Amino acid sequence: MMNNSGPAVAVSGLQVVRGKRRVIPKLDLVIPSGQVVGLLGPSGSGKSTLMRCIVGVQIIEAGSVTVLGHPAGSPVLRDEVGYVTQSPSVYADLTVRDNVAYFGRAVGLRGQDLRDAVDRTLAEVDLVSHADQLVQDLSGGQESRVSLAAALVGRPTLLVLDEPTVGLDPVLRRDLWALFRRLAERGHSLVVSSHVMDEATRCDRLVLLREGEVLADLTPDELLARTGAPDADAAFLALIDAEAARAAASPAPSDRSAS
Amino acid sequence: MNAGLATATSGRVLRQVRTDHRTIALIIVVPCVLLGLLAWIYDGTPVFDAIGPALLGVFPMIVMFIVTSVATLRERQSGTLERLLTTPMGKGDFMLGYAAAFGALAVVQALATTGFAVWVCDLDVAGPLWLLIVVAVFDAVLGTALGLLASGFARTEFQAVQFMPAFVLPQFLLCGLLIARDQLPTVLEWVSDVLPLSYAVDAMKEIARNPDPVTTVLTDLGIIAAFIAGALALGSLTLSRRSA
Repeated sequence: MMNNSGPAVAVSGLQVVRGKRRVIPKLDLVIPSGQVVGLLGPSGSGKSTLMRCIVGVQIIEAGSVTVLGHPAGSPVLRDEVGYVTQSPSVYADLTVRDNVAYFGRAVGLRGQDLRDAVDRTLAEVDLVSHADQLVQDLSGGQESRVSLAAALVGRPTLLVLDEPTVGLDPVLRRDLWALFRRLAERGHSLVVSSHVMDEATRCDRLVLLREGEVLADLTPDELLARTGAPDADAAFLALIDAEAARAAASPAPSDRSAS
Repeated sequence: MNAGLATATSGRVLRQVRTDHRTIALIIVVPCVLLGLLAWIYDGTPVFDAIGPALLGVFPMIVMFIVTSVATLRERQSGTLERLLTTPMGKGDFMLGYAAAFGALAVVQALATTGFAVWVCDLDVAGPLWLLIVVAVFDAVLGTALGLLASGFARTEFQAVQFMPAFVLPQFLLCGLLIARDQLPTVLEWVSDVLPLSYAVDAMKEIARNPDPVTTVLTDLGIIAAFIAGALALGSLTLSRRSA
């Protein structure tokens, strides 16, 4: 694991255009190390795009993204950053074990280390009993766990997980969040997106995105205190309503009228 | 580039193929059936001995072209390619892994097809049989390299399949199978000089008629190898880590 005293991710002046749309107009954000940071927001708010920028697969218009002290996507980061896309990206015509082993080999694990890492990871995502089944014969939730396992197997310093708990039952979701917590305690950094607001309370820190901008960057307690709402769902709605009211009350600031 | 990563990729590709028994059967049986059909059509004439070896070079290229372009397109669409390129896996490791895996498959295909042509269809060649297999494997790797390149331009499966006639049929028409290359109209002869399949067919024809074809065939293989390297290099440009 990479030693890094600074933040896990530092984003400054980020602008991203996808198609003709300015998905991220201008974004600044610092994600601390060793925490589980939740990236929340409605669909289309730029969560996945921001994650793609962090792992370095997104072409950006302007700005900088620094990950563990290096520019996002640098070769030195390739075995330090694990990425799980929203739709599972694994091989349907391979067994669960072969998939996880292949992604383990891709980050340089070999021999007994590889076997141990694969066994450990299969247990973590609760797929030991399905290890020798082809992915195409699994359910959607199981497939997304294989995709998660493929990122966990290399124990990357930073894990970027795009909606890893979609379609999973409550027991499994609880277990995965417990795993994320354990990883953070051992010094790993996690960025986890979700649009299930009740998962927000399990994060150390929350970043609320809306239309490619950071609406709030705070702890779950601060979110509830600031909005006075009973739960994360209500708090998020309260924040959006407050923002809309403010925008209606004052004319758009000059730096945003251009876009 | 890293030999371990390329080996990991070719192992993975072969494991995928292994679960697909029908594809394996098609890769091995279809060329044999086509060769058998051709031998039957030309039964009692010397034609099969003349074009049979050339076809032994054409089939592996076509089959591997299709298999590779579809497999690579699947990698792009499923997100596995993008994911792999965020790991230490390099483009070169990825492409060499594919080339090695399908090259290995081509050895099996070439052994089956050549064996069938020689022992069942009574194909008679002047040169050594092992050389037929070597050329067939080069052709298969050429098909893989061109397939990797073509898949970079395909956005859908429909396009990927259409690239087969677009990339391969012109080569097939001009490779000297229908008319000897030196009898083509001059401009077409020039075109055939810059198409890789021409050299594969030249090599196969040489093996068919020359008892000691090694030197000539080595030159052709060198040219094919250069095309393979060129296609892999161009193909790696179509694999980009970043996208919009």
